Amino acid sequence: MNSHRSQKLAFFCLLLATLLVVIPVGMVVVIIVQKGLPGISWEFLTDVPRKGMRAGGIYPAIIGTLYLVTGAIVFALPIGLLAAIYLSEYSRDNFLTRVIRLAIVNLSGVPSVVYGLFGLALFVVFFNFGASILAGSLTLGIMILPIVITTSREALESVPEAFREVSLSLGASKWQTIRHVVLPNAIPGILTGTILGLGRAAGETAPILFTVAAFYLPQLPSSIFDQAMALPYHLYVISTQVPNVDEKIRYGTAFVLLAMVLFMNLLATIIRSRLRKNKRW
Amino acid sequence: MAAIEVKNLDFWYGSFQALIKVNACFAKNKITAVIGPSGCGKSTMLRVFNRMNDLIDGVRMAGEVIIDGRNILDAKADLVPLRKSVGMVFQRPNPFPLSVYENIVFGPRVHGGDTSRDALDQIVEESLKSVLLWDELKDKLKRPALNLSLEQKQRLCIARLIAVRPEVLLMDEPCSTLDPQGTARVEDLMRELKHDYSIVIVTHNMQQAARVSDDTGFMLLGEMVEFGPTSEIFTMPRDQRTEDYVTGRYG
Repeated sequence: MNSHRSQKLAFFCLLLATLLVVIPVGMVVVIIVQKGLPGISWEFLTDVPRKGMRAGGIYPAIIGTLYLVTGAIVFALPIGLLAAIYLSEYSRDNFLTRVIRLAIVNLSGVPSVVYGLFGLALFVVFFNFGASILAGSLTLGIMILPIVITTSREALESVPEAFREVSLSLGASKWQTIRHVVLPNAIPGILTGTILGLGRAAGETAPILFTVAAFYLPQLPSSIFDQAMALPYHLYVISTQVPNVDEKIRYGTAFVLLAMVLFMNLLATIIRSRLRKNKRW
Repeated sequence: MAAIEVKNLDFWYGSFQALIKVNACFAKNKITAVIGPSGCGKSTMLRVFNRMNDLIDGVRMAGEVIIDGRNILDAKADLVPLRKSVGMVFQRPNPFPLSVYENIVFGPRVHGGDTSRDALDQIVEESLKSVLLWDELKDKLKRPALNLSLEQKQRLCIARLIAVRPEVLLMDEPCSTLDPQGTARVEDLMRELKHDYSIVIVTHNMQQAARVSDDTGFMLLGEMVEFGPTSEIFTMPRDQRTEDYVTGRYG
């Protein structure tokens, strides 16, 4: 085989491998849209489930997921951001900070069902929050903490050293420098990481399984100590636990969940690309 | 009158001694140039004067640097007022990615005081006037500073510094990224500024030192070889090494 031929073959294999990556993603979207879109209606989005979840809508699950995601971010963003500021701006490279960094990397590798069990033990049982939005949000918050910390740290560290130098040379204190120079320039990156974390939190089933998710709850939760329905768990329930649920409802639910997550990822991508465009230092 | 008095200054990066028993006296309201080949320690010395070297791990200093009657190397020295009164212009123009206006009011905002709109407007006008940028930029205050030309950026950085009302301006190769016209204008500006400020400029451009400075110090391998009026350093140096350098035999 001459070199021209083998190059063509190699090129073909690379292309094939790349297409293999795209195909499943494309098919997931196509199938979910094709089968789910017919089920979407105003009523489906705003009505409670009826007739043992075989009719009606998924309003409580949508709202429940929004509550959980909001709760997770209220918890994870401040803690994650402060930790990221400490790690990137204040900590020196020593044994302790290396252990912390290692822990954060490993935290993101923990299977989500383990977070669920952890949340059950700590928040539901030990703190006695019961199965509640509070317990579920905290569990999801801990799960996305590594994402928030890692992306925030990257965003902070990508702010040019020269900006810090100038600020300090103008007599600003270290904290003023962080507050007025570093943070404003890192915000788009921090936002991107936060939104990616939100998308992850919205889609996970295992962490909410034991900590918050209700099988069926016709009314909306009234406080953070109530259980709530959530989209991923609802999808699991109507797909495996309740017989004879119309395909339109199942795929409609999947469509709404997918749309929510993709929308957040899209938002993150837009923010990031705008950041790159404005970044000319 | 001395703006900065350096007595037996030693400086180490880890185990490397970058400054060796440096003595010098930088006069008030004059331009003092510090020349010498790359790596001679001139930038290091400049960064001692506002303690910017403290940002680097493993640095150590000994000796005295007296500014305003206080030894700034003292462990108890407060760096915030020091850096307020001893400002620095960097080699690369480095405005913040903000508007012209926001760049200048950064310092005054951080330091508190009167931050009413009128007061800030006045500071912006005064600062831009003192760097001769007001006429060029008075209608473009809301424009991003990153859109300015290199020379305008460097002037803006000087204006940003002047807005915090320092006493000493440290300039670390401030013209090295500028073209000859830009350099000439910044040099003119320095001559204007010396009426109100004491200026220390580090440069490896000997002609620049000869053009703008009143006093000159020549440094080599961490030592202050010779320090005196510019005219003497360039025309009748006392040390052979100075003569070799200013006549271009090395460097």
